[in-house]
Amino acid sequence: MTTWLIGLLYVAAGGCFVLALKWLTHPATARRAVRVGEVGMLLAVVGTLLKEEIVDLRWIALAVVVGATIGALMAVFVPMTAMPQRIALSHAFGALAAALVGIAELDLGDGDLATFTTTVLAAEILLGCLTFTGSLVAFGKLQGLVRDRPVTFPGQNLVNGIVLATGVAIVIVLAVDPSQVQWLPWLVAIGLLFGVMMVIRIGGADMPVVISLLNSFAGLSGAALGFALANPILIIAGALDGSSGFLLSIFMCRAMNRSFANVIFGGFGAEQSAGDGAQRPIRVTSVEETAMLLDSASFVVIVPGYGMAAAQAQHKVAEVANSLIGRGVEVRFAIHPVAGRMPGHMNVLLAEANVPYDLLADLDEINPEFDRADVVLVIGANDTVNPAARHDQQSPIYGMPILDVDKARSVIVIKRSLRSGFAGIENELFFLPQTMMLFGDAREVAGGLAHELSAQHSSR
Amino acid sequence: MSTDTILTGLTIFMLATFLGFEVIRRVPPLLHTPLMSLTNAISGISLVGSLILAGSGRGAFATALGVIAVTASTINVVGGFLITDRMLKTFRRRERPAPKPSERVP
Repeated sequence: MTTWLIGLLYVAAGGCFVLALKWLTHPATARRAVRVGEVGMLLAVVGTLLKEEIVDLRWIALAVVVGATIGALMAVFVPMTAMPQRIALSHAFGALAAALVGIAELDLGDGDLATFTTTVLAAEILLGCLTFTGSLVAFGKLQGLVRDRPVTFPGQNLVNGIVLATGVAIVIVLAVDPSQVQWLPWLVAIGLLFGVMMVIRIGGADMPVVISLLNSFAGLSGAALGFALANPILIIAGALDGSSGFLLSIFMCRAMNRSFANVIFGGFGAEQSAGDGAQRPIRVTSVEETAMLLDSASFVVIVPGYGMAAAQAQHKVAEVANSLIGRGVEVRFAIHPVAGRMPGHMNVLLAEANVPYDLLADLDEINPEFDRADVVLVIGANDTVNPAARHDQQSPIYGMPILDVDKARSVIVIKRSLRSGFAGIENELFFLPQTMMLFGDAREVAGGLAHELSAQHSSR
Repeated sequence: MSTDTILTGLTIFMLATFLGFEVIRRVPPLLHTPLMSLTNAISGISLVGSLILAGSGRGAFATALGVIAVTASTINVVGGFLITDRMLKTFRRRERPAPKPSERVP
C-alpha cells in the first residue's frame, strides 16, 4: 500500500516539475511555474519520508531547519546583482549533496554492491565532486575572490587530461571489480582536483557557458544517484535539470560561435593584446552633448553589457530610458545572449530596475531595427558589438553573431577607457565615423545623462 | 539490482531528457536566469537521496554525510524557489503598450 502511495506521489511530483518548466516558457505564467515546482518538491519529500528505510527523523529535522533558514536568509538578503554568484554557489550545494550521498552509499556497500550500482555511484561521485569544486571556483571568480582572468600554464591540457583520465580509470576499475572500494578516497580527491583545474582556466566572459555546464553536471549527478538508488523522481528531476543546463550551454556557445571544446580547453582571453599599436583617431563626446543628441532622437537603442553590471549602473540607465520615454522617444534595450556573466543576466538586472520586459529585445528581434535607430547607447558592452565579427576572418571573434549597432545613425560608447574587451582585440566600432566615445564610469555617466535630460526637460 | 529496474530507469531518463529538451527549448532568453534558478531549486531533489541517507540509521559516518547533504539540498530547495519568485516578481509589462512605429506621428 505504502509502496503504491510513494510511487504515485513521485509520479505526481515528476508531472509538477515538467509543468513548472512548461509554464516558465512565458513571463505571464512564470510565477505559476514556481508554485507548481514547490508542490512537486513537497510531494517528492512526503513520498520519501513515507519510505520504510527512514527510521530516525531527528537528524533530518535538524538539517532541514538549518538548511531552510540559510536558504531563506540567502533568498531575502542576496542582492539581484549577485545572482551569478548565487547560482554558482547553489550548483556547488546541489553537487555536494549528490556527491556525499554517493560516497556514503558506496562506503556502506563495502564492496558488496552490484556492478551496475557501483559503476553509476563511482561516476556520480566523480561528477559530483568536480562540479562541487568547479562551482566554488566559479563562485570565487564571480564574487571577485579569485582573479577573473583565466589561469593558464604550458601543458595544461595534457595535465588536465591526465587528471581526468585517472578519475575515469578509477571508475573503470570499480566497474570491473566492485570490491575495490579502497579507491574511493582517490576518486573523491581526483574529482575535487579536476573541478578546480577545469574552471580556473576559464575567463570571466565565458562564465555563461561554464555556469550552464555546471548546472547540467549537477543535474546529471542527481540523475545518476537516481539510478544507483533506483529512485525514479531523482532520475526525472536530474534529467530535466541536466537537459536544461546542457541546452543553455549550447545556446551560449552558439551565441559566441565557439565550440564547447574551445570554451573549456581554449583559455580564451588569457592575455590582453596591446592592439596593433597604431593610434587611430576617435571622437570623444561629453555628457551634455550626448543628452542633447538623445533629446532630439526619435528612436534610441540601449545596449547593456557586463560593464553596466560591474558598475551597477542599471538603475541610472533605467532612469535615462524612462526620461526619454516620457518625452515620446521610442526606447528599446538590445540584449546579446552572452552579455554579462550568466544566461539572461541583463534581463534580470533591468527587470529589477523596473524596466518593463517588453522593452527588452533579443538579437534577432533588434538587429533589423538598428538602421532605423537615431542613437545607440552602448553601455559596458564590447565584443558583442564589434563589427569585425562580421567581416574580419582573422579576428578571434569572427562569425560570432553580434548586435549590428554600427548600422545606426550615431553610436555613443560609454566605457572607462579604450582597453580591449574580453577577446583581447581592439573594437573597430570605436573608430567608425558615426561613433563617439563617452569615457567614464557607467553609473556616473548614466546618472549625469539622467540629470541632464531632466534639466533640459524642466528648462522648456 | 534487477535488469528490469535498470531498463526502467534508463527509459525514464531518456524520456525525461527528450521532454526536457522540447520544453526548455521554448523558454525565451528573457527568462534564462529564472530558468537556471528554478532548475537549481528542482535539482534540490537530491534531498530525496539525502533524506534516505540521513534517516536510515546506518552508522555515524553515513548519518553525518546525510545530514550535510540534507542541509545543502534544503538550502537549494528553499532558497531556489524563493529567489526565483523574487526575481520573477520584477518582470512586468508596460502599463499601456507603446505605439507601433507605423502608428507614430512623424
